[in-house]
Amino acid sequence: MSSLPTISTATLTKDLRLEWRSKDAINSMLFFALLVVVIFSFSFNPTAEESRQIAGGLVWVAFLFAAVVALNQTWARELRNQVLDAYRVSPAPANALFVAKAVGNFVFVSILEALMTPLFIVFYTLRALGPAWQLIPVAMLGTWALVVNGTFFAAMSIRTRSREIMLPLLLFPISIPALLSMVEGTSAILTGEASAKFWIVLLAVYDLVFTSVSLLLFESVLNAE
Amino acid sequence: MKDSKAAHQGAPFVAVENLTKQFGRFAALRGVSATFDGGRLHAILGDNGAGKTTLLRTLAGLIQPTRGTVTVLGSTDIRAVCDQLGYMAHPSLLYDEMSGMENLRYFARLYGIQDDERCAKAISAVKLDPELTRPVGQYSQGMRQRMSLARALIHDPKILLLDEPFSNVDIGSAREMVRLLESMRAAGKTIFVVTHQASLLDGAADEFVWMQAGQIVGRTRQLQPVEVR
Amino acid sequence: MKKAFPIFALLTLVLLSYALYEALVAAPTEQTMGEVQRIFYYHVPSAWTAFLLFLVNFVASIVYLLNRSDKADILALVTAEVGVVFCTVVLVTGPIWARPVWGIWWTWDLRLTLTLVLWLIYVSYLVLRRFSSGSQTPLMAAVLAVFGALDVPLVYFSIWYFRTQHPSPVIGRGGSLDPRMTRVLLINWAAFLCLALLVCWSRYRLERLKREVEETQALEALLEPKGVR
Repeated sequence: MSSLPTISTATLTKDLRLEWRSKDAINSMLFFALLVVVIFSFSFNPTAEESRQIAGGLVWVAFLFAAVVALNQTWARELRNQVLDAYRVSPAPANALFVAKAVGNFVFVSILEALMTPLFIVFYTLRALGPAWQLIPVAMLGTWALVVNGTFFAAMSIRTRSREIMLPLLLFPISIPALLSMVEGTSAILTGEASAKFWIVLLAVYDLVFTSVSLLLFESVLNAE
Repeated sequence: MKDSKAAHQGAPFVAVENLTKQFGRFAALRGVSATFDGGRLHAILGDNGAGKTTLLRTLAGLIQPTRGTVTVLGSTDIRAVCDQLGYMAHPSLLYDEMSGMENLRYFARLYGIQDDERCAKAISAVKLDPELTRPVGQYSQGMRQRMSLARALIHDPKILLLDEPFSNVDIGSAREMVRLLESMRAAGKTIFVVTHQASLLDGAADEFVWMQAGQIVGRTRQLQPVEVR
Repeated sequence: MKKAFPIFALLTLVLLSYALYEALVAAPTEQTMGEVQRIFYYHVPSAWTAFLLFLVNFVASIVYLLNRSDKADILALVTAEVGVVFCTVVLVTGPIWARPVWGIWWTWDLRLTLTLVLWLIYVSYLVLRRFSSGSQTPLMAAVLAVFGALDVPLVYFSIWYFRTQHPSPVIGRGGSLDPRMTRVLLINWAAFLCLALLVCWSRYRLERLKREVEETQALEALLEPKGVR
């Protein structure tokens, strides 16, 4: 029987190759995030002090919206020509597919964040007053939090009638604690007024809980007809 | 009809019993019971909505029946025998942006096959060129269906389940497909073909299974319209 | 069983009227807040009832995931529906109470925010049930219910910590409640629980009937003669 890491790697490689050829997800996601940044900076136009206060919220809301664009693409590719059926009739474990998709989305959203963060810094003249290195665990744990649930709920929402709209409706309420942690953690680091440790721990717990429950339940969702 | 070899060997090759499948307000199968012998080409015929595709997808393990049981190769858990099943649908089940070889290499991994040689052989077996770098999306419908067949055959399954393999395919390609299927049956495979182009299988299929309104209403050896009720 | 329902309905009605009398007339007027405090007898029992219903929803969803029982699915559906109604009552009565007492409609208080997030989660649960089709709805819904319930402690801790960083108007809940008030509160809770049970019960019966009808219709639809070819 084929093992999870082998199949995950094969699926991830396949997804990255397909994305490299079509660039569907990354292009629409990048442009969308750019639009959000520009519109936000028009609407708020803050001073340096104010932007430190609000940047955490702005950045993560922009990334959240952009991530939804990518997450919706995740399964669209598997639905074209009903390729998902070919996976389902094979002996490959369902979780291998989930892990590959979640890691793929993590890569896409991380690329987006790496490209958009400089833009935010330029537009909002940001400079962290707290320990800036802590932004890295906040970003990584936060991105995984969005992506793991997002990948799972995208797999659920493709089965519903209004596919694209369904994903944010499912994802946003559940993501509230993660989003609050990311926003508050980032603000704490930028303003240097409080410690972000609690938020990093909370994000880690969130990731642990929802990664486990996703792996536990994904097989039944994949095989629901 | 009573001359089958498998019937004497105890457990039937493929059997369904009292199979019912309900999709919300619509029942696609309504108590289907039948046994099918191994090493034969079974053609499943009927109008749209007769339940042909649902029956095939249930055999493939893609659909869980509402009631009733499916037995394949002596197992009621299809997951346990899924490496003995090859499934092909009307959509190609291939990634349009990748070449045939890239597609097969990926699907082979799902069955734990790391061997590129086998992928190339599967492509040659359906009369296509493994060296072709063109993405599958640019293939003609006939080529794509044959590549899809190669995908279903990659792990050398005992049973092939084909859903409308000839639709939208020109008559030449369709005849070519039928010849391929006949050679596979000769190699000992059991084949189920769902189609509404029954005439293509005249003389090729060992048995015609007629479905109507979610039930099997007749089974004949020759292609002839059945008297319904 | 058929008689139990009207009897229980009557009992609930009596209890509700008694609770209404107790809350509006018999209970003592609160010294600082005045008459508006009486909304407390609706606000708090609604919240407790809603939380209890969501707990039942969680348990029923797990039971569904374990044994795919239709009854567990219906129970999960009706408790979510009725729970959302009671939760809405909490969210509407909260600001009505807060405005005269604290001078603000809303504050990101721990309990208020938790209730709001719960409401959002279970509304998304109902939306999912509405928009997913046919036989897969129960599974999807049960999965989402598990995610939602696991989210609650995380929501609680995040808001708890958030609140310690952002001070907001002090909400005095200290001091013990007048024993007469406690009694009225408990009577009202009992009445609300009966009402919730009554609505769930009738909704449960309705949903079961609906599904039976659908199943019969699904089978009949297939039996209807089709146009002759």
